[in-house]
Amino acid sequence: MAQDRKIKIIVAKPGLDGHDRGAKLLARIFAEAGMEVVYTGLRQTPEMIVETAIQEDADVVGLSSLSGVHMYFFPRVVQLLKEKGLDDVLVVGGGIIPSEDVPELKKAGVAEIFGPGTPTAKIVEFIKNNVRKRD
Amino acid sequence: MRDYAKEVLEGSPRAAARLISWLEDEDARALEHMERLYPHTGRAYVVGITGSPGAGKSTLTDKFTFALRRQGLTVGIIAVDPSSPFSGGAVLGDRVRMSRLATDPGVFIRSMATRGYLGGLAKATGEVVKVLDAFGKDIIVIETVGVGQDEVDIIRLADTTCLVLVPGLGDTIQSMKAGVMEIADIFIINKADRPGTDQLYTEVTSRVEQDAHIKERAWTPPVVRTVAVEDQGIDDLLQAVNAHRQFLKASGALEEKRRQRTRDETLRMIHAEVFRRLYERLTANGQLDALVEAIVEKRESPYRAMQDVLARWLKE
Repeated sequence: MAQDRKIKIIVAKPGLDGHDRGAKLLARIFAEAGMEVVYTGLRQTPEMIVETAIQEDADVVGLSSLSGVHMYFFPRVVQLLKEKGLDDVLVVGGGIIPSEDVPELKKAGVAEIFGPGTPTAKIVEFIKNNVRKRD
Repeated sequence: MRDYAKEVLEGSPRAAARLISWLEDEDARALEHMERLYPHTGRAYVVGITGSPGAGKSTLTDKFTFALRRQGLTVGIIAVDPSSPFSGGAVLGDRVRMSRLATDPGVFIRSMATRGYLGGLAKATGEVVKVLDAFGKDIIVIETVGVGQDEVDIIRLADTTCLVLVPGLGDTIQSMKAGVMEIADIFIINKADRPGTDQLYTEVTSRVEQDAHIKERAWTPPVVRTVAVEDQGIDDLLQAVNAHRQFLKASGALEEKRRQRTRDETLRMIHAEVFRRLYERLTANGQLDALVEAIVEKRESPYRAMQDVLARWLKE
């Protein structure tokens, strides 16, 4: 009896900032929504995040950044995923992201950016609606 | 359709990862690939790391793996964490302690949720071991969920089982009990810089000595002290694992262990497949609902129903 597919999501904090309360809370919220959440912890490089996504066969990569490094890190993760052939993995971001940066991040392939105060149900819904359909 | 078996044998981590997902999902497509991988299994040595939550299993796994890498061995890690009984979701957090292994091409880490399976592992763990084995990993480390007293499934899969203990939990009577204390090939006292370490060491060694009187055992489990976060005692652990491996090989116990494992696995597979087929038939045309209704209304007994279903199915 095949089981229901579960959404597998990596929650990662790229860069050097040391604040992960938000990322940890989101990890729990995603688990509460029935997803299997791989929490990687702090100070991840894009390479680490992408290798993790490969080994875990992740459907979604959720990136959180509070330190202003998103313009480098988020597009770099998208680009590396593509290079490795993981172009169907949904990448979403959150944290402290100035609204003027959002269009460029989206152009770079980040599917959506969720700023502070976003209702968490909205994030969950977005992921459920936009996650890849596994073959 | 992609040839995942071939890709796994050629060393593609993506193919291995997808095949593992299918195994977790009990997707029938995994079967033919597993069939082709099977001849390439049985080479890896499997080490289990089990113990209570917070004992330091992930940190030990990280340091142990790092030590193996220094010897040039490749490592597959399967890290199991519990699923929520309510939402079905899970937070898989073991990678937090293994960050530095993330980009090492000689290491493949897979987190698994238990998905309601009891015993300290996920249901598909044994199959995932086979994938990583065929994938070419020399050593496979299985980190169980944090266990209590009775989650001992790890001994079905591991060649060497390490039980991680920490000082300060419970008194002598705990170390006398049956269950998880019995399964260790190696005892690890982690956080051995904490108060109570000497007492725990005495308790465990005296249990080991008692066992030597009570049971017939050719192997005496060593008790290794570690402070994993400080990287202390890891070489002793490595030596202990190697010694146990040598013992299993020399005594023929390894072969016996693996034969027993194959027997268990074969029976389990047959069991699962028989049930799956039976379930498919029973649910196909509302038969099961009708049967349940009849049993609820006491027109039928569950014992009679079971006999009837089996008799009918075995005839077909």
